Formats: sequence, C-alpha cells, structure tokens
Amino acid sequence: MSAATAAQDHPRGAVAVSVEDVSRVFGGSGGAVTALDQVDLTVAAGEFVSLIGPSGCGKSTLLRLVADLDRPTSGSISVFGRTPEQARLAHDYGIAFQQAGLLPWRTVRANVELPLALHGVGKGGRRERAGHLLDLVGLADFGDHFPDQLSGGMQQRVAIARAIAEEPSLLLMDEPFGALDEMTRERLQVELVRLCAQTRAAVVFVTHSIPEAVFLSDRVVVMSARPGRIQEVVDIGLGRGTEREEGLREDTSYFESVTRVREALHGGSGAGATVRGAELR
Amino acid sequence: MRRRLADLGLGVAALLGVAATWELYKLLGPEQGWSVREVRVLPRTTDLAMPHVWEMLGRLPEPLTGAPGAVPLWVAVLQASGFSLAVALVSWVLGVVVGFCFAVGMQRFALVEAAVLPLVVLSQTVPLIALAPLVKGWGGRVEIGGFAWQGWMSVAVIASYLAFFPVAVGALRGLQSPDSIHRELMRAYGAGWWSTLVRLRLPASVPYVLPAIRLAGANAVVGTIVAEVSTGLPGGVGRMILEFANFASSDPAKPWAPLLGAVLLGLLVAGLVSLVGLPLGRYRRAEVTA
Repeated sequence: MSAATAAQDHPRGAVAVSVEDVSRVFGGSGGAVTALDQVDLTVAAGEFVSLIGPSGCGKSTLLRLVADLDRPTSGSISVFGRTPEQARLAHDYGIAFQQAGLLPWRTVRANVELPLALHGVGKGGRRERAGHLLDLVGLADFGDHFPDQLSGGMQQRVAIARAIAEEPSLLLMDEPFGALDEMTRERLQVELVRLCAQTRAAVVFVTHSIPEAVFLSDRVVVMSARPGRIQEVVDIGLGRGTEREEGLREDTSYFESVTRVREALHGGSGAGATVRGAELR
Repeated sequence: MRRRLADLGLGVAALLGVAATWELYKLLGPEQGWSVREVRVLPRTTDLAMPHVWEMLGRLPEPLTGAPGAVPLWVAVLQASGFSLAVALVSWVLGVVVGFCFAVGMQRFALVEAAVLPLVVLSQTVPLIALAPLVKGWGGRVEIGGFAWQGWMSVAVIASYLAFFPVAVGALRGLQSPDSIHRELMRAYGAGWWSTLVRLRLPASVPYVLPAIRLAGANAVVGTIVAEVSTGLPGGVGRMILEFANFASSDPAKPWAPLLGAVLLGLLVAGLVSLVGLPLGRYRRAEVTA
C-alpha cells in the first residue's frame, strides 16, 4: 500500500507513525546530553499509544520530534509515509500540551476555529465545525466566553476540541491532563476515549500517570532515562473505544495491567530504586 | 457614570491643588527667593516673577495687544494650540508607524535587532536642539514635482524622532512576548511568519503597545513645542512661549498663557491616544493558565 492511500483512509494495520533508530542529543561536545538513544517505535493508524517513564526519559522529546517541533540528531521518522515537516505543513496531526495554550483575546469558539482559519476554511464552515466540536466536548453554551472565564478543565477541553478541529488522523498529546485535579482528569479521560473512538485517530499520549496510561491505551511504551530508551512495550488489550468506561477502573484486568506497567517501570530504574517523576497512584 | 464623575472631581481637585500650592508659596516664600551663594534654589515671589493665579486667568479674556481690533489672548492661545496639535498628531502618527516598522523588523531578524536596537537607544541621547537645524536644512532642499517642503513638516519630523522611540522598544517587547507554547502551536499549525505575526504576535503586543503610544503622545507634544522653538516656526505654542517671554516685565501674566495652552495640548493628545485603547479591550485580558 502506498503512503498516500495510507494517509487518506488509514485502515487498521496501516502505519501512522514510524520511528526508526532515532537519537536526539542536546548541546555540543563536552556538555552533550543524550535525550533519546536509538529509539524504534511504530504506531498503527487508529491506535492509542502512551509514552510513560521518569522525568528526563525523553518522552516529550520523542513527541516533539514527531510533531516536527524539533529535529532528530540521527535516525528517521515518518508520519503517514511523509516526513514530519510535510505532515506538519499538511496539518496531518492535532496537538495538545499540558497547558491549554488558548489565545486569551479569542473567544472559546474563535480559539477552536483558529487552526481552521489558518488552513483557509471559510467562515461558515468554521462556525459549523466549531459548533459541532464544542458540542462534542460539552461546551456548547460557552462558545462566546473568553478563556479566562473558564476553569482549567474546561480550558483543556477547548484545547482538545481545537486539536481535533481538522479531523486529524493523528493526535499528539503531551500530558494534556497533567495540571488538572484527579476528578476532572478521570472525566476527561473517558471523554477522550469516546472522542478517539469517534474520530478513529491514532494517538501518541505522553503521561506521568500509570492509571491514565493503562485506562487510555492499546499499548503503553515504558521508557527509561539517561539515555532515553524504550524499556518495554506493554500490550493492554482492555478493548476499544466505547468499551472503556468508568467501571473499567475497578476491573481486575485493569489492575493487572497497571501492575504490569508498574513492574516494567521499576525494572528499568534498577532494584529498589524509586521511579522519579512517575506518579504511582 | 458615578466613576466618571468621581474621576472628573479628582481631576478638578488636582488643578485646584496646583493653584493652591502656587499661591501658598507666593504667600510664604521670601520675596527675593532663596539662594545658596550665587545659585537661586527657590524662585522669587514678586508679582513679576509669580503673578497670582487669578491675574493669569484674568489676563486671558483681555486683548492680545493694545492695538485696536486685537483678538482676546485666549483665542490667540487656542489658535496656536490648535496649530501645534495638528503638527503633534502628524508627528505622533509618523512616530508610531516608524516605531512599529522598526519593531517588526527587529522581531523578524535577530541580526537587525542586534544592529539597530543600540542605535535606537543611542538616537535618544542626541539633543533635539542639535537635530533641528539639520532637519530644517535637509527639508528646505526637498522639492518633488508640485510638492514643496513646509516648515511645519520639519517640526513634525523632529518631534516624531522623539515619539518613535517608546513605540519601537515597547512594540518589540510586545511582539516578542508570546509564550513558547503559543509559538509552537502556530508552528504545529504550519503557520508562517506572516500569519504568526497577524494572529499571535500583534494581538499579544497590544498590552505593551498601548502604554508605548501614550508615551509617544507625550513625546510628540514636547517634541513639537521644542522643535517649534528651535526651528523658529511661527504659529504654534512653542513660538508663542518665546515671543511672550519678552513681556515678562511689562505684562507679567501674559507669558503664562501659552504654558496653559501647552498643558491643554498635552491633555488633549493624551485623551485622544487613550481612545485608541477603547476598542482593544479584549486584547488586554490577562491570560489564565490551566
């Protein structure tokens, strides 16, 4: 199958992201820090993959490389068969960060419309799409509010609506729920699972939280620090999309997966060492 | 509305306060002022040096000169202020536009910032008075087709030299103010420099630019008056201050009238500039992070 068709209809089994032998070294000679060391990873279309690991394991760096916000020192990355730069310029992915990053002078609706406007979608089309998206994230009544009138959780929902505005086949999320309280966080996780089932987008999700990674993901990529490497890839297999609901958090299979990811994390940092930066809740 | 009235009351009280301080010093201060050796530290309080406030105000409705058919002093002052206001506004617009162009250029190219910013700062150390004859001389030689350089244009150029500075520095800071998260978001959307400028940097610069253009307004007024004095342009407040100074002994209240005009000019320009900020309220919302 050619790359072009993979980008268009991305049936299950097609490759969304392919990372081959990628290293990223920061700084020059002498003070060089290896953030990523010979990492290989493949994310299938429609697949939800979480990156988890202690601080400094390069999980955010890896995400930024895929997003073309940074360039690898060596190795190659392709997004739907294209270079990350081509994918970025073609708006192939949507992105969300730990901070919502809404523009304070734009209304909620205008914030969601921003990527559409930048890509030349007409006014009518933008308005309709934004209305639909705000419905989807449960903020239909808040379209004319400004970001500073919203709670942190609501702002993050706007950011997610903005990330999926162009129906991207790939979502890149860097700890999007990291700054939220636990209750808001769990509610948004359920919403995200539902949204992904609807849009059939592949997701690369960076997180510090084991329960979050397990609840959301098809696969959890456990990374180790200094240098950043992939320690282990844990298959979760708790079912797709709408099969995952609140009740899953009390299911035995869920706990088993949490334990497996936890053990993989501990294995990576040596016997008895604590895992820095990872919340073992 | 109540706020407005309170603000107005406060403004009037401040004016009365200035007048009261003046009169109080005139009443209590030593007749010949107070000097440390040869240097006078406090001014004389004679009626020649410090006319009463009511004398200054009372002089306004009286005719400009003893000549028959002379207009009242206040009309002459208002006319001069109007002339200077027009020149000051032209120089303000010129300064704001030039300052903004500098800021955008410096934001776009780091090399330009490194090269130009020190010169921009240095430019303000050149005294305006030294610049005036130069600009006047250059302007006098400009003649393109039917366009001939006017004296007031020299004044506007000199004043804009003072006005562009706060705009260049303030707008540059504003254009550079967006957080990395917003810059990376625009990059992730594949937005080029121009769209990033229009959608992100310009809106983000508003809270920095508004105080800068207010400073530019004040600078434009000061620059206009000083440039009128130093280029000898007739018709404005600056020249009037110079002319009326000759009457200090014969008509001591008269030289103060153009000063009142200058104050009025400053207030007017400040008011006009603050109107610019009114429709931009949404760009001044404080950002609240999640």
